Amino acid sequence: MMHIKTELTERHTLSITVANEPGILARIAGMFTARGYNISSLTVADVTEDHAVSRITIVTAGPPGVIEQIIAQLDRLVPVHRVVDLTELGPHVERELALVKVQGTGDHRIEALRLAEVYRARVVDATTSSFVFEVTGGPEKIDKFLELMREVGLVEVARTGVAAIARGKEAV
Amino acid sequence: MIGEPPNPGGLVCKVSGMIVEKSGADILIEALCDLGVEVVFGYPGGAVLPIYDALFQQKRIRHVLVRQEGGAAHAAEGYARSTGKPGVVLVTSGPGATNVVTGLADALMDSIPIVVITGQVATHLIGTDAFQEADTVGITRHCTKHNYLVKDPAKLGDIVHEAFHIATSGRPGPVVIDLPKDVQVATAVYRRPSETTLHKNYKPQVKAETALIEQAVEMLGRAERPILYTGGGVINSGPAASQLLRELARITGAPVTSTLMGLGAFPASSEQWLGMLGMHGTYEANMAMNEADLILNLGARFDDRVTGRLDAFSPRSKRIHVDIDRSSINKTVRADLGLVGDVGRVMEDLIRIWKARSPTQPDLKAWWKKIEGWRDKKSLAFPPSKREIMPQHAIRALWEATRIKKPIITTEVGQHQMWAAQHFDFEQPNKWLTSGGLGTMGYGLPAAIGAQIGNPNALVIDIAGEASILMNIQEMATATQYRLPVKVFILNNEYMGMVRQWQELTYSSRYSESYSEALPDFVALAEAFGWKGLRIENPDALDGGIAEMLAHDGPVMVDCRVAKLANCFPMIPSGAAHTDMILQAEEVSGEMDDEAKALV
Ligand SMILES: Cc1ncc(C[n+]2csc(CCOP(=O)(O)OP(=O)(O)O)c2C)c(N)n1
Repeated sequence: MMHIKTELTERHTLSITVANEPGILARIAGMFTARGYNISSLTVADVTEDHAVSRITIVTAGPPGVIEQIIAQLDRLVPVHRVVDLTELGPHVERELALVKVQGTGDHRIEALRLAEVYRARVVDATTSSFVFEVTGGPEKIDKFLELMREVGLVEVARTGVAAIARGKEAV
Repeated sequence: MIGEPPNPGGLVCKVSGMIVEKSGADILIEALCDLGVEVVFGYPGGAVLPIYDALFQQKRIRHVLVRQEGGAAHAAEGYARSTGKPGVVLVTSGPGATNVVTGLADALMDSIPIVVITGQVATHLIGTDAFQEADTVGITRHCTKHNYLVKDPAKLGDIVHEAFHIATSGRPGPVVIDLPKDVQVATAVYRRPSETTLHKNYKPQVKAETALIEQAVEMLGRAERPILYTGGGVINSGPAASQLLRELARITGAPVTSTLMGLGAFPASSEQWLGMLGMHGTYEANMAMNEADLILNLGARFDDRVTGRLDAFSPRSKRIHVDIDRSSINKTVRADLGLVGDVGRVMEDLIRIWKARSPTQPDLKAWWKKIEGWRDKKSLAFPPSKREIMPQHAIRALWEATRIKKPIITTEVGQHQMWAAQHFDFEQPNKWLTSGGLGTMGYGLPAAIGAQIGNPNALVIDIAGEASILMNIQEMATATQYRLPVKVFILNNEYMGMVRQWQELTYSSRYSESYSEALPDFVALAEAFGWKGLRIENPDALDGGIAEMLAHDGPVMVDCRVAKLANCFPMIPSGAAHTDMILQAEEVSGEMDDEAKALV
């Protein structure tokens, strides 16, 4: 008998600056699939005035050796400028945005509004029997908010994935 | 301008103002010429007709017409590996491009610099499922070091120059340039770029930090049981690196072993040579790795064929790992000291600092005495036979007969490849061309063709198996067309021998689909292609047959009938430790457990 073994994993947030060129996202995402690495979240947008550089934020998980490999494998791709492991680097801010649709009337509706206020979620659309909330925060906050909304009529979610940046005055 | 001679290259140029514009096809040829390209291996088709027309009208680049695009890729690899220059391939879109994919994956695994130019449908047709359209950049993204889709002829020159730079620098590898047909026809200005203009951040690190080199010298100087474990990186670094390796071995007195890809970097005739290590490596090489207290890895990558079972790999050693690719360090085996840099440059620094410090080394006599003990096992010995040709004996006879000519040897994949690695001794780099990482059957004949094109006066021999040779047999016509005197020496055991051996060891000799049924008459086949064909059937005829092959000034195919059921030993079964080496057939059990069966 043979069983597949698995190892303990750590969550890491990586910031990758790349040349903004066609195929770059496929190159990076494909490298993750090809080598069996995990992607929990991936966000990308160009961030320089001339649109030449994109910043990709990837939240991944793996044993420490795998995280080290992921960084080295990203680093050797020709269009990759720089890979920074924000988790390793120290204090950093992670934010994502979620749009959350909740259906319901009566008590559920009131409770949803009340909870939204606690989480500083804004109402961006409403009908007599639904709300769309906009909520920003770290992934745990959003997870928690969604957990609560499930109890009061959650029907749909759209999440952006994590954008992250190191704290302090230095630019990485 | 009346009286001016016509454009010597015959290139059609358009003049806009004072600046001369050229077609994309002409820009490509101009750039290739500027890069010193002398030969292109290719096969035409609809999507590359403008380039073929431009080739027709010039004399600077020689085109070698292969018989299947896969052959072009391996020929380019053989050319690159034997000359140190990048190999260049030109194929059409769709099936032309998909046929080179195996060669790309092969070159990526073995770090061989090739640049492959693929035709593509016109830009406005991309994405419409046009005739012979394939998503070449998508398909080849993960089997190239980098790839490009060119949409603007004005960028083509820069892309071609950068492609060669990427293919040949850092850890070398294959690069694809996908060139739509309209971009080949449209015109633009070509200017030879002075530096990399596209990916300015691509700067492979070639020199390792001095502090780390000093640390390495210190570790090496203290070691009681050191070993130099060398790989293909030493060959890729250039001939100077092989000389530096000899010097490093001399001053440290350490034994040297090598991976399959690194054979030839260190002379097999040296007292310090232990032979190849790994699955089919020598007893002394594997035992020395197992008992070493310091491994200096020079341009090798702790491949699973080398390490065997990872948790039992060299349990008492410190490891220094030198590699130009940072991702190779700590990928499978943790290094105590990792040095990112070109292995030649690093050895240069190591030698300089070693000489400056001249460390007082421990006496290595006890270490060498141990090694002598392992050597006494004579792990490469094989049972002699008077009736049958033993394949190992055939390789040795081939080596004896050709060694003074310093031949270039290519191989296919299987037992014959391992026997060649074990029994053919190399003294120099760039003489041994084999598909190591991907293990591609069908590599040897086209690689031999590429090597012969790059080394017209060399003796080039493909040591083949009867199954592998059929995978790119069409390339015989290429050798005929260009009068290439390549020799194909088939160790014909009528089996996919390596598969049969694993079935014998792991599946109680249930030989599922591994018999080479319906083989052609190789002598008649040779003659049909205009080659000389020879058959060697018994040990007495071996030397004479080899002499006859060598005497013929043209391509020869030798059908050497060898013992059908010989196994390749020594062998470390997949997933076993170095100390669990099987030396001879008597030690073999018939069935393995599921853990072992799950490993390749
Ligand atoms: C393209 C490809 N397909 C399948 C294999 C798997 N394989 C490895 S060795 C081998 C048998 C090779 O037989 P032969 O060429 O006769 O060489 P021998 O082992 O008998 O020396 C096979 C099928 C491979 N390496 N490459």
